[in-house]
Amino acid sequence: MATGVAAWLPFARAAAIGWMPVANCPMPVAPRDNSKRQDELIILNVSGRRFQTWRTTLDRYPDTLLGSSEKDFFYNDESKEYFFDRDPDAFRSILNFYRTGKLHYPRHECISAYDEELTFFGIIPEIIGDCCYEEYKDRKRENLERLQDDQEEHKDQKLPNMNFRQTMWRAFENPHTSTMALVFYYVTGFFIAISVITNVVETVPCGSTANQKDMPCGERYTVAFFCMDTACVMIFTVEYLLRLFAAPSRYRFMRSVMSIIDVVAILPYYIGLVMTNNEDVSGAFVTLRVFRVFRIFKFSRHSQGLRILGYTLKSCASELGFLLFSLTMAIIIFATVMFYAEKGSSSSKFTSIPASFWYTIVTMTTLGYGDMVPKTIAGKIFGSICSLSGVLVIALPVPVIVSNFSRIYHQNQRADKRRAQKKARLARIRISKSSGTNAFIQSKRNGPLNELLELTDKEEDEQKLMRSISLLESQHHHLLHCLEKTTAHEFVDEQLYQQNCLETALQAYPSRSPSVSSHESSVHTCCCRRVKRNTPLPNASLASAHQSSLQELSAIHIQCHDPLSHTASRSNLNLKTDNRSRINCKSGRITTAIISLPAPPALSPDGDGLHGPMQRRPPPPPSHPTTPSIPTTTSSAGTNIVKVSAL
Amino acid sequence: MGLDGMEIIAIAVVIGLFVFVLKQFGVWELVSLEDSCDSDLELSMVRHQPEGLDQLQAQTQFTRKELQSLYRGFKNECPSGLVDEETFKSIYSQFFPQGDATTYAHFLFNAFDMDRSGSIRFEDFVIGLSVLLRGSVTEKLRWAFNLYDINKDGYITKEEMMAIMTSIYDMMGRYTLPTVRDDSPFQHVEKFFQKMDRNRDGVVTIDEFIETCQKDENIMASMQLFENVI
Repeated sequence: MATGVAAWLPFARAAAIGWMPVANCPMPVAPRDNSKRQDELIILNVSGRRFQTWRTTLDRYPDTLLGSSEKDFFYNDESKEYFFDRDPDAFRSILNFYRTGKLHYPRHECISAYDEELTFFGIIPEIIGDCCYEEYKDRKRENLERLQDDQEEHKDQKLPNMNFRQTMWRAFENPHTSTMALVFYYVTGFFIAISVITNVVETVPCGSTANQKDMPCGERYTVAFFCMDTACVMIFTVEYLLRLFAAPSRYRFMRSVMSIIDVVAILPYYIGLVMTNNEDVSGAFVTLRVFRVFRIFKFSRHSQGLRILGYTLKSCASELGFLLFSLTMAIIIFATVMFYAEKGSSSSKFTSIPASFWYTIVTMTTLGYGDMVPKTIAGKIFGSICSLSGVLVIALPVPVIVSNFSRIYHQNQRADKRRAQKKARLARIRISKSSGTNAFIQSKRNGPLNELLELTDKEEDEQKLMRSISLLESQHHHLLHCLEKTTAHEFVDEQLYQQNCLETALQAYPSRSPSVSSHESSVHTCCCRRVKRNTPLPNASLASAHQSSLQELSAIHIQCHDPLSHTASRSNLNLKTDNRSRINCKSGRITTAIISLPAPPALSPDGDGLHGPMQRRPPPPPSHPTTPSIPTTTSSAGTNIVKVSAL
Repeated sequence: MGLDGMEIIAIAVVIGLFVFVLKQFGVWELVSLEDSCDSDLELSMVRHQPEGLDQLQAQTQFTRKELQSLYRGFKNECPSGLVDEETFKSIYSQFFPQGDATTYAHFLFNAFDMDRSGSIRFEDFVIGLSVLLRGSVTEKLRWAFNLYDINKDGYITKEEMMAIMTSIYDMMGRYTLPTVRDDSPFQHVEKFFQKMDRNRDGVVTIDEFIETCQKDENIMASMQLFENVI
């Protein structure tokens, strides 16, 4: 039942009294309406703009937010109104929906914003009235196309595990992926051009030899042209076979337009090879050479514009069909008329209606060769009408085709532009995000300091304010920290990570940690990771490695036991071990000033809150080299990190 | 040389085109200027304003607030203040999707449209509702009698009752259990007349109707059914 008619339900029920006298059996009991209350005005406060309406208006659509009890969640007791923190402009049309039963789409609204509002208020967009529905659907489709374009780029990402066949296919489809592909692309393009030019030049008269008249070049330099042709066909055949091999779905590839063009382009040559040179089939053979010109279509792989043109023609098929149909009708009509008009005149070229077709076509397309002209007055009158109407008939569908082409072309342009802009956009986004992560990492280092200060010196507010982070930030950082603890991994700075991974190969640290275990890989990764911590870590390449400057602080250093010793064998867990080692390192970073950290974390898994990161270490007692991540090197980014506790 | 067929046609075509061009320039108007006026007549639609709230309060049994609420709903659905028969039929049919409610809606429309104006105004609407919801049992029975009495002559004949009954059964539609047989309305009418028609004269008068109904417990009980609809 249409909800708009719900207002008439009481009336229909009342009118049911008319059935009572004729009824033979007793009536069922009516449902009780316990929530009988007087209709009241409800105030809806949407971002400060107050809307008021009757409660019954909202109750008309009980499956939406406003019509159901869901709005009670938004009730503000003090001000006795329902407060929604949404866009008041969009809310207007939503409230009008309740009032009039018709949902309208305001044209100036962004389509996705409007969709979100509708979803929030629980209204399905299909209810949009007919007046606005088309516009809504058009905008939605445009938006989807735009989003799809963005998603298609991800197709180009190189998947880690592509086999040779897939790589080759990707190289064929997108030449910019690798140098080889680019080379191949240009080579084929070059040979297509050569082939086409050869075909053309072949027919040019090359100058006469002494005894013969002008011969086309093809017949004069038969061998040369034959070699050229052979070379081109070789290349094309190889290309086709390679594509066939690399195609993910061979059957579909063979059916595609481009492959058919490829086949048609090279087939005449092979057929020519097979056929002998006898007279009766050579005629057919000559005809086959015409198909060589199809090689020019192979350029469409190289040119996007050509593809767009082809796609446009395909999408305008109906307009083209209409054009053709109307032209045919007009041609037949005018040809008939002209034939009968010119029948009387002598030596008329209009010998039959089909003969008049030629005149009509030439006239309607405003060519006017002049090989056939009407001579009678009637013929001339009708001829002029024919040419005038020809202009009209042709002019009508052309703008449709043009606008289609323009739309598709611009869409492509937009896609290219977006792709170019996307890189810049992503870079900017990355920067802003990394500054966020950096803040976290900074705060991690400073966190213990802050906490310590809080513990020790409550009066010194200014110190606390020195590193004032907002409550939101600190809560966020705490959350990230919890995640780190959960996974026993840590966040690090990307640049540092990369930088250090490079450096690790170059650095060598003499010091040797007491508990150095000869787990080069683990150490390596350990150092590698640690490097991110702004401390140039010892190079993992040295088994003995690193401990570096830790020596000085060895008294207070916590030995980072590296559980990696046990995981060294699992090479593919490098990443994990990295993190774990990092954690170790982290705990090892302790400055002398603050606290002397007790036993190595491995031994006291969770003894004190100061060994946060250790807790998640797997049981096997680590025996790892101390990770020299200690900021002995205050050199690191100048951050004098005081790490009291990891937690 | 005389003109032959094609030339005549050619000249005729030329003259036709000439006339056409002239018409386009507005030089020669074959059609009068009145065409453009047609559209203006559509603009003024019939509109109706109801009587004042006080008069309606006096005429009906509704409270002021109830009248306000009723009017708001009415005006929302019919902004012009009038319900014509087609709109009424379409609204009523939406409540009975399985069957065909148009005939019964027609009878209902006539029952509400007391002054036979062809459209229901708010006063008719609210007065009818007042009787149905707040009236005494006698008044309700009178209203029902008025509904059945199609030609409003004070007697319900078998044909009238047959029409009413058929329309009620039409609302049921085809998919019922047990299936509505072709003579179900007829049987029902027979039963009705057996009950109501005391003097067996083939018609039911208002007094017979009211008297019989008052004796029937079921009917009396069901009359109270919709007391609290508004």
